[in-house]
Amino acid sequence: MIPPRFHYHAPATLDAALSLLNDYGPEARVLAGGQSLIPLMKLQLAAPAHIVDINRIPGLDAITEENGTLHIGSLTREAALEASETVRAGYAILHDTAAVIADPLVRNMATVGGNLAHGDPANDHPATMVALGAQVVARSAAGERVIPVADFFEGPLATALGPGEILTGIQVPQPPAGSGGAYLKLERKVGDYATAGVAVFLTVNDGVCQQAGIGLTNAGPVPVKAASAENFLAGQRLTEETIREAARLAAQEAQPSADLRGSADYKRDMVRVLTGRAIRQALERVG
Amino acid sequence: MTTEASQPAMVSIRVTLNGTEQEASVEPRLLLVHFIRETLNLTGTHIGCDTTHCGACTILLDGTPVKSCTIFAVQADGREITTVEGLAAGGVLHPIQAAFTEEHGLQCGFCTPGMMLTGVAFLENNPDPSEAEIRRAISGNLCRCTGYVNIIKAYQSAAAKLRERGA
Repeated sequence: MIPPRFHYHAPATLDAALSLLNDYGPEARVLAGGQSLIPLMKLQLAAPAHIVDINRIPGLDAITEENGTLHIGSLTREAALEASETVRAGYAILHDTAAVIADPLVRNMATVGGNLAHGDPANDHPATMVALGAQVVARSAAGERVIPVADFFEGPLATALGPGEILTGIQVPQPPAGSGGAYLKLERKVGDYATAGVAVFLTVNDGVCQQAGIGLTNAGPVPVKAASAENFLAGQRLTEETIREAARLAAQEAQPSADLRGSADYKRDMVRVLTGRAIRQALERVG
Repeated sequence: MTTEASQPAMVSIRVTLNGTEQEASVEPRLLLVHFIRETLNLTGTHIGCDTTHCGACTILLDGTPVKSCTIFAVQADGREITTVEGLAAGGVLHPIQAAFTEEHGLQCGFCTPGMMLTGVAFLENNPDPSEAEIRRAISGNLCRCTGYVNIIKAYQSAAAKLRERGA
């Protein structure tokens, strides 16, 4: 399959990239890992007149922890996130997520920023970032803005990013004491989108849930924040009964569509099962 | 579409392919796998699914295994590419090639170049892997013949050969 023709730009600095995006507006697309964009172009589902390749811009792929925040550069490859000791030690839910995205070869190219900026509710990072209460950093020629991830997704393949903006990084709040998280994905085979995926991040004090973040993958037109389950859990003692009730509420909030992976009812029930399991695993990880 | 009518400019790229520098002028939309097969005439890199699933087109880009059907050739400018043709040295098979031969790690052979290149990078980072680690490492390379059993044996045998060579 041959992609449509495009003009290629490989700026060496972020300012040069932003200036190109400013010049070409909606006719330009940013190329990061390319593992979603290039397949779309090969299928003629995307035909940008200009490609702005940001892979030659240094400094966009760092993972750093400072002032209570984990900063993930948008060009961080999924493989690098998966291999990061900082992530493995302090952010198990992020490690879980990176490890189940596509397959190992795709993860060598695919980027964390791209997984979010593509705006696909079937992608895995959005649910996790929703559960973690992360923020997305966007740069344009006019300056920088920070967008809470809960406000970032506007529809299938549509995000709050404007045509002149580049997602430069993700900010994840450092987990407070007594917190734990997990991401669980049901997939038919490696490389498939989730039949259902659930991210859970809990803060627990003495068996009582202080705060819960729950995000659902591929369960609606945008990544779903299971707010009623989150609100139910806050202040609850975590028992089999309350965990089951939270799972039931999360399943109610899922709006999956039937496809080859299963019926809407089946997927909703898988959200229920995975939410229960993810809460239990998050609890085990509370440290 | 309000696209300007001008044809996109050809882009001059330079890559090191299996240790030899190559220069070419390419259309930006040219996929790396087509560049390797049709511009550089090395057909050991296969095109299977053409949809980023099967891994038959796996090559090493600066030592990292990637799917060359999902990268533009222009992205490889200034970088090192290793294909299956670059594995043997001085007429001697690379240990992973020898292991695939001895363990019969293939039937039709279509996935084999990709399987071996994934293996070369994997065994460099993990010289003594468990079977589970091998299965996970090859989960982006599909084989429709073997059922993977002999591929795993070939990886284990190659790992042993490489450890011996390194020792």
